[in-house]
Order: sequence, then structure tokens, then C-alpha cells
Amino acid sequence: MQFMLLFSRQGKLRLQKWYVPLCDKEKKKITRELLQTVLARKPKMCSFLEWRDLKVVYKRYASLYFCCAIENQDNELITLEIIHRYVELLDKYFGSVCELDIIFNFEKAYFILDEFLLGGEAQETSKKNVLKAIEQADLLQEPRHEYFNVPVY
Amino acid sequence: MSPSVPLQEMIRAIRSARTQCEERGVIQRECAAIRAQFRQADNGGRSHNLAKLLYVHMLGYPAHFGQMECVRMIASSRYSEKRVGYLGAMMLLDEKQDASLLITNSIKNDLSHSNQYVQSLALCTLACMGSAEMCRDLAPEIDRLLRASNSYIKKKAALCAVHIVRKVHELGELFAPAARSLLSEKNHGVLHGAVVLITELCERSSESLERFRKTVPDLVQIMKGLVISGYSPEHDVAGISDPFLQVRLLRLLRILGRNNETASDAMNDLLAQVATNTDSTKTVGNAVLYETVLTVLDIKSESGLRVLAVNILGRFLLNNDRNIRYIAMTSLQKIVGTDHNAVQRHRGTIVDCLKDQDASVKRRALDLSLALVSASNIRSMMKELLLFLSSCPPELRSQAANGIFTAAERYAPSKRWHIDTILHVLITAGGDVRDETVPNLIQLITNTSELHCYTVHKLYRALLSDISQQSLVQVACWCIGEYGDLLLRGDCQEVEPMQVCEDDVLDALETVLQSHMSSTATRGFALTATMKLSTRITDNVDRIRSIVSIYGSCIDLELQQRAVEYNALFKKYDHMRYAKKDSTHFCCCGVILFCSVNSFAFNVILEPECEQLTMHVLTLYGLTL
Repeated sequence: MQFMLLFSRQGKLRLQKWYVPLCDKEKKKITRELLQTVLARKPKMCSFLEWRDLKVVYKRYASLYFCCAIENQDNELITLEIIHRYVELLDKYFGSVCELDIIFNFEKAYFILDEFLLGGEAQETSKKNVLKAIEQADLLQEPRHEYFNVPVY
Repeated sequence: MSPSVPLQEMIRAIRSARTQCEERGVIQRECAAIRAQFRQADNGGRSHNLAKLLYVHMLGYPAHFGQMECVRMIASSRYSEKRVGYLGAMMLLDEKQDASLLITNSIKNDLSHSNQYVQSLALCTLACMGSAEMCRDLAPEIDRLLRASNSYIKKKAALCAVHIVRKVHELGELFAPAARSLLSEKNHGVLHGAVVLITELCERSSESLERFRKTVPDLVQIMKGLVISGYSPEHDVAGISDPFLQVRLLRLLRILGRNNETASDAMNDLLAQVATNTDSTKTVGNAVLYETVLTVLDIKSESGLRVLAVNILGRFLLNNDRNIRYIAMTSLQKIVGTDHNAVQRHRGTIVDCLKDQDASVKRRALDLSLALVSASNIRSMMKELLLFLSSCPPELRSQAANGIFTAAERYAPSKRWHIDTILHVLITAGGDVRDETVPNLIQLITNTSELHCYTVHKLYRALLSDISQQSLVQVACWCIGEYGDLLLRGDCQEVEPMQVCEDDVLDALETVLQSHMSSTATRGFALTATMKLSTRITDNVDRIRSIVSIYGSCIDLELQQRAVEYNALFKKYDHMRYAKKDSTHFCCCGVILFCSVNSFAFNVILEPECEQLTMHVLTLYGLTL
């Protein structure tokens, strides 16, 4: 995977994970153009599109679009499963996750993603193990920073 | 100094800003506070300050002043600070920034930290943004972790090694032995990482590829275990045991089996088993089937297995899920050259996909349909393609039109059908065809002498109804100029009878000349045609003369030049106008003039009587034949 973007229907970016080295300007440009392209698509359309020289896989969950750019040899259908697995992880962690959870606890969303994917590839295929690891890591957080331990608005 | 606001307070404040300006104000205040906090000594709130900065960065505001803070935080001994520090590094630092080198040492230390979650942070960051230099520096550490650590770290080290190999190809050699031994692990995460690493190594070096071919039996065993063995709740997704691992295994097998009989044989049974037994009612099953099909089609598989694979694709084409149909067509496109007959069997379904709502699906269907056109199905396929052309999205028009032309040229069952098809395309999508279409069509018409009458009638009718499609208008004008006498005679059997008089024809040409829709090139065609008609008509020569002379003072240089030259021809060769071979004379002149102004390479066939006139005209232009 080259990058993953999460954004709302209004085009607000909620998470961006880049696995390729690009300067800030490039990232902004790509984000802007890709968001426009994906948001312009109608509801019943294909989840896959060819954009520049990449394959883009996207899926909408409630008010959030999950969008991944993968390489030509990558399997689009399994990428949909990866997106789904990430949503399941967020859901389990936050308890019925919604967009606000991701906004107010964005750093958590990143930590969860980093336990699931590494360098753009899946590192752990068991849902249980990912959640266990996050739980353990959270326990290491020093007690002063209560904000990080409990998902709260 | 303003008290530092908790992270979530700040987020709330930013979100409640009603205008962009208000938001900027809040953010500027916050950034100032954060900057001040950074300068202060350690106050225990560092991590959430950095987190605030990262949030602001995600909104698109500059945050480079946080880079050094990330470096400091990573070196901290507190886990929460390290965690946010590494996150910051991944977001704010990339390999192009100088500051990224400063964290190399911290990463090195953290890789051997006693706490695996700290090691994990270091591994994750290295795999995300490690530069080539950092990779070279830390590769030995990663190799050590690949061999001697727990599963949690091993799986991460494997993917870190993948990143390192992508950045510094030569380091692949270093990881090969460790990668091999990881295949005997039971932990799925480690296996997955090992397979991804081996895939990367094989893709980079042919020696690795040779070496790892020996692992095919092991890989087949692992895969068999996943497909046949009992239910493993931890890794199960809708009845499929660890689909992620299955897909990566299949992909590695593909690379190893490519161009190698022995390896392909060893995996044949397994692939047949997966292809037959995988449940295809959910996406996850189809993901595995898809990868299986890709593998079967790429290795040296038995013909029976190939047929099985193509049939799976055929089933995909009928799937309700649009994504699956799209995938099927992409795969079929890859094999339409090698397994043409197999793909032909699904032509009907593919053609139906031309009518799909989704533009991506349509595009795929168009590519495939054009590839499937053959001599035996040309008539029915063309019907579908022309239907598609009339309602297709604008971005596909050009591809469709040009594809239709190529197909028509290759497989036209008759000349008349060919001309009809080209005309149909020009009427529907004349604006999207390539430039060579006009001279190609002119050539075709010239060579089909038995259809001159039919063609000129059809084109005249087309011209009457619509003069906006430039290519069509150009060809029509040329045709009328060339065969106007056939048009006026009006006794063509293949079309409905139509009375056309000289004035009608000249009206049509004048409309083209005067219309604002006509391009300069089109006007040139119309003018030349008008000129050529002067030899074929009897009553309206004066009208032609006046049209031509009007353009003698036209603003456009090309048209003016032509008109003036035509006028000269009028005056000088009036006596030759009605001589026997006139049509050829003026045909030659028209063609030569047309050639000179448009620089087309045309074959001009001259008859001996024309020679004198032609040589004169050529000298006029300083051209040689």
C-alpha cells in the first residue's frame, strides 16, 4: 500500500498514513485531487478506480470514506478486506465507532492502524492479537495523561 | 502565558469556529502556546502538546517547528512521550528532512529496548519513513531481531526488512537466510511477514528466486493447512481461514511457478483444490479465488486448470457485485491474447457490461469488446459498439471511435458496410476521431468506384442534416466536389431517389463556407469542392466564380490564397473547361492545391493529357512531383 486516507463527505481529512516518501506539497496535492475524484463518484459505482498510475480502493462507512492507494500487483478485493478489518478494529476499540471518535481520538486511530499495518502491509491477521497489543500498550501510558486512555469527546 | 488547553478542548474549539478566519485565529493562538511550551523545560504535558500540533498539521496548517520536539520526545524515557514522538516523526519527518537522521540513534537504542512495545514503535517508524542511510545503518539489528525474538517482534521485523530491501536492494542478501527459517514458524503474523519478505526478495533478484523455489513444497503444505484444516476462530473471516495469508501465499507461488515446469507441477493440485473448494458467496472468498485465478493463468498450469480458472472469471462476470465484474474483466483483458477462444465464450456477458452504469466497468468492457472482435462476429459486435458509441461517456468516445475504425478496417465484410460504418461513426462522434480519418476515408471512397454514387448521395444527405462534425463535413465536401455530377444525375439504385439541382448543391457548400461552426480546414475543403464543381455543372459557373472571388479578400490567409489561385485558374484555363478529360484536369489541380496547402502525401495519378497543365500548376507553387 502506498497510502491510506480517511475523509468525511465534506472533504475533511480525518487520517492520513503515507508509506511513500513525498514532500508536504505533493501530499496536499494528491489528497486534494483524489478526494475530489472519490467524492464525485455516485453511490452504486465500483469501489476501484485507476488514478494516475495507481489503483485506488475505497469504501464508505457511514460518514467516512476509507481510501487506499495500492500497487498494480496488489489484490483489490483483499484490500477491501483490509479496510473492513481496520473498521472492525476501530469499532471494537471504541465501542460502536463513529466519526467523532476518530476526530477526538485521532492519535488512537493511528496507534491502532500501526498495530495492524506496518510499512503498508498487514502485520497481524488475527483481530484478537491486534486488540490485545493495543490494550497492553495503553497500560504503559503514564497515568498523568488520562486523556489518552479513555475515549471521550 | 496562556494555560495550555487539553487536546480535546482544543479540537472542540477549532470545530466550533464558524468561519475559516475564526479557525485560523484559534489555531494561531494554540500554535503560539504550543511553541512556548516546547521551549520550556519538561513539564509533563509535552506529549499532549505535540498531539495538539499533529492535529493542527492534519488540518493542513504548517507544523515544521514541531520536528525537533519529535526528536526530543523519541529520546524520552516515558512511553507516552515516545509513542507520540514516533507518531510525530512519521507524520512530520520524511527521509528528505535532515532532522530524520537525528532519530536514527534513538531508533537503534529502542530496537534493543527491554520492552517489546517500545521496540515495536521503533520498528514501525523505521518501516514507515526510514531513509536508505538509516536502513543501511540498522539492517544488522533487524536481522538479529528476525532470528532471536518473540513472535510479536519477529513479524514486525520481517516487514521492516521488506522496507529495507525496497530502499536498499543489495541488503536482500542479508535477510535471505532468516527469511527461509521463518517459514517453519506457526504464528500467522510471522508467517505472513515471512511470505511478504520472501516475495520481495524474489522480485528483486533472480538468484533469490532460484533459491526460494525449493520452498514451494513447504508453501503448498502451509496453504493446504489453511484450506483443509479445522476451524481456527482467531483467523477466520466468513468461513475462510486467514484469507490475508492465503492471498500472499498464492502470490508468492505465482512468482515461483512462473516459467518453471517443476514448480508449477508441484502446486497444480493445491490450486485446483482452492479453486474448487473456496466459498464464493462473500467478497473474502472471491478475493482468494481471484488470486488463485491470477496464479493459475501466470504459471505453467495444466490446460484443465486453465479452463477452470477462466470459468471462474466467467462466473465473476455474472456476479451481482459490480466490483467482482470489474475484476473479472481486468483479468480477462490480460489473457485475451493467449486464451482468446476461452474468453470468446463470455463475449455476450462482456458486451452486456457495455451498458453498465459505472464508467470504470464500461471502460473495461470496451477494451475487452474491441479485443474480441473477429471476422465471424464483426456484424453483431459492430452493432453493439455503434450503439455504445451513441450513448457512451465523453472520455471513452475517442477510444471507442478509433477502436471501431481499426476493427472495421480489419474485418469489414463488404466495402459498403465499411463505408456505412465509418459514416455512422463520423455522424455520431466526428469530433473525437483521429486526424488521419479524413484522408483514409477519402482514399477508401476513391478506391471503391462502384459505390461513388451511393457514397456521394449519403454524404450529401448527412451534410444537409448536420454541418457541425468537421471530419464528416470535410469528407462530404470533397466527395461532392469529386462526384457532384453523379449526385446531380440522381439515378442511384441503393438510396431513395432525391432530386438535387445545382443550386441545392451550391447552397449546401456555401452554408458550410459561411457557418461559424466550420473550421478553416473545413472551409478550405468546401472552397476546393466549389471550384471543382465548376467543371461538372453547366448553369451556375458564374455563381461559383463569385463565391470564389469573395474569398479572394477573406481574412484567413489560406482561404484567400486558394481563392486567388482558383481565380487565376478560372481565367487562364477557361477554354479547357469542357474538354473531354476535364474532370481529371481539375481533379489533379484540386488535389495538388489541396496537397500543397495541407501537406498531405497523396498519390496523384496523372494522365498524359494533364501533364502540361499539371506541370504549369506545379511550377506555380514551386513543387515537384
